[in-house]
Amino acid sequence: MKSQKFWAWFVFALGAAYFIIPLAATFEFSLRMRRGEYSFDAYASVFSDPQFAASFTYSVLVGLFTIVVGILVVVPAVYFVRLRMPWLRPFMEFVTLLPLVIPALVLVYGYIRLYGSSSLIPFTGSVLGTDILLTCAYVTLAMPYMYRAVDNGMRTIDIGTLTEAAQIMGANQLQIIGKIILPNILVAILSGAFLTFAIVIGEFTIASLLNRPAFGPYLVGIGTNRAYEPAALAIISFIITWGAMGMINVLGRFAPRTSARTD
Amino acid sequence: MSASNAKRRIPWDSLAVFPFVLFAVMFLFLPTLSLLGAAFTDRAGNFTFENIAGLFTDQIMAAYWISIRVSGASAILGALCGLAITLAIIRGKLPAGLRSAVMTFSGVASNFAGVPLAFAFIATLGRLGLATIVIRTLFGFDIYRQGGFNLFSFWGLTLTYLYFQIPLMMLTIAPAIDGLKKEWNEAAQTLGASTWQFWRYIGFPILWPSVLGTLSLLFANAFGAIATAWALTGSNLNIVTVLLYNQIRGDALQNPGLGAALAVGMILITSLANVIYLAVAARAERWMK
Repeated sequence: MKSQKFWAWFVFALGAAYFIIPLAATFEFSLRMRRGEYSFDAYASVFSDPQFAASFTYSVLVGLFTIVVGILVVVPAVYFVRLRMPWLRPFMEFVTLLPLVIPALVLVYGYIRLYGSSSLIPFTGSVLGTDILLTCAYVTLAMPYMYRAVDNGMRTIDIGTLTEAAQIMGANQLQIIGKIILPNILVAILSGAFLTFAIVIGEFTIASLLNRPAFGPYLVGIGTNRAYEPAALAIISFIITWGAMGMINVLGRFAPRTSARTD
Repeated sequence: MSASNAKRRIPWDSLAVFPFVLFAVMFLFLPTLSLLGAAFTDRAGNFTFENIAGLFTDQIMAAYWISIRVSGASAILGALCGLAITLAIIRGKLPAGLRSAVMTFSGVASNFAGVPLAFAFIATLGRLGLATIVIRTLFGFDIYRQGGFNLFSFWGLTLTYLYFQIPLMMLTIAPAIDGLKKEWNEAAQTLGASTWQFWRYIGFPILWPSVLGTLSLLFANAFGAIATAWALTGSNLNIVTVLLYNQIRGDALQNPGLGAALAVGMILITSLANVIYLAVAARAERWMK
């Protein structure tokens, strides 16, 4: 049994080394911009770059729109399918699996072909249209995660009884969703939102092929032109991802503990 | 009464599901179908198999093959390492607090992909990376010159992909390992089984479907990835996503139909991986009650 514990620690240490060394090395590298001493010059250089602020703000905005549209598309659909149309569930499961099967690169290729400036719905014909298309592409990309988060949230509350109770009290459908269901699955929705944010914020493929000035393409540009700033940006990105995931963990503690009917 | 009846008549159900279906049609079904159509259409708009046949050139087959190799290697290694680490943490009697910390980190690392990940590995294992320099000064061994290592190569990309593959494996396999009941272990011990026999005849056969299922998920995950490879190797390593990216950017193959065929081939390969996943997952669920 002693040897079992030794091997467990050994495997854990190896894994920890693989995951920590790149982070440590990147952090060390990002401090080396000034010759002969450690400094935060690379970070100062990144933060003073107007391109950084512009592309980051753009991606945050697109991310927020993606979250709002994602919630509006997924929450009502999951609610009504669970409540009234359970026969649609396999279809939903299939649709939300597709973005994991079809690479984002292939999807955006399809968008460019379908929604080009000379097509029926010329999304890419204008800047606003391309922004809308980018948002919709991100909603699609984040759909598997948003769907699963919301679906898990609705599983833990008893939407059938809640809906009946609200109807007896005279609530209409909008009130039921807005005032009863949403607050009860808020934690699940926010988890999906933060995961969406983590996916969208540094996304490169779609933004670059749609020619939008997002954070991902900006990162690639910096990577080809600069030496120390990419390392600083990698650390900044890691902290952002950590923040989004940390929020999900913190939120998990506030999840409602009522359980669904099992009959 | 009549007012509430009038309200009832608003088809809330269909109305609520409509945006979801619209999204699925506009941003998943139609784009895929359009590519499928283009793959079988020539420039004049006639049906043709020529685009598909055009895939069988050395350049394109090499691109598919290296993508399959990188995805396969990173999926298999990621699955093995992820399984070992998860087993060590859950069943290795390590301190209980470690598990939640490691799982939180896995959530972060599995999402730390794309361009920043490439930057991190360049800073670590690039020619001027910290690990490269430390190994050279400590052991006098240059991993580039003497070790034949190159970050912008098959193994470099595989090693980088493992950074999100291992955590993804850990997150998906942890519930399955939790499902191995203590009673099974005790029963096996009572009957005189050794630790090896327990894993050989009980533990591993139960975990196997979950491992295989996650393996195909990891494969598809790596196969469709481009941002990391693009930022890491530029056009050095001609994986199929990079080829398709260049095709979309500037018609690198000088044939739009061939580009569509390339995309359809990618969908075919990732769907094959996922069909295996679904078939195997259905089998795995029997034991996970």
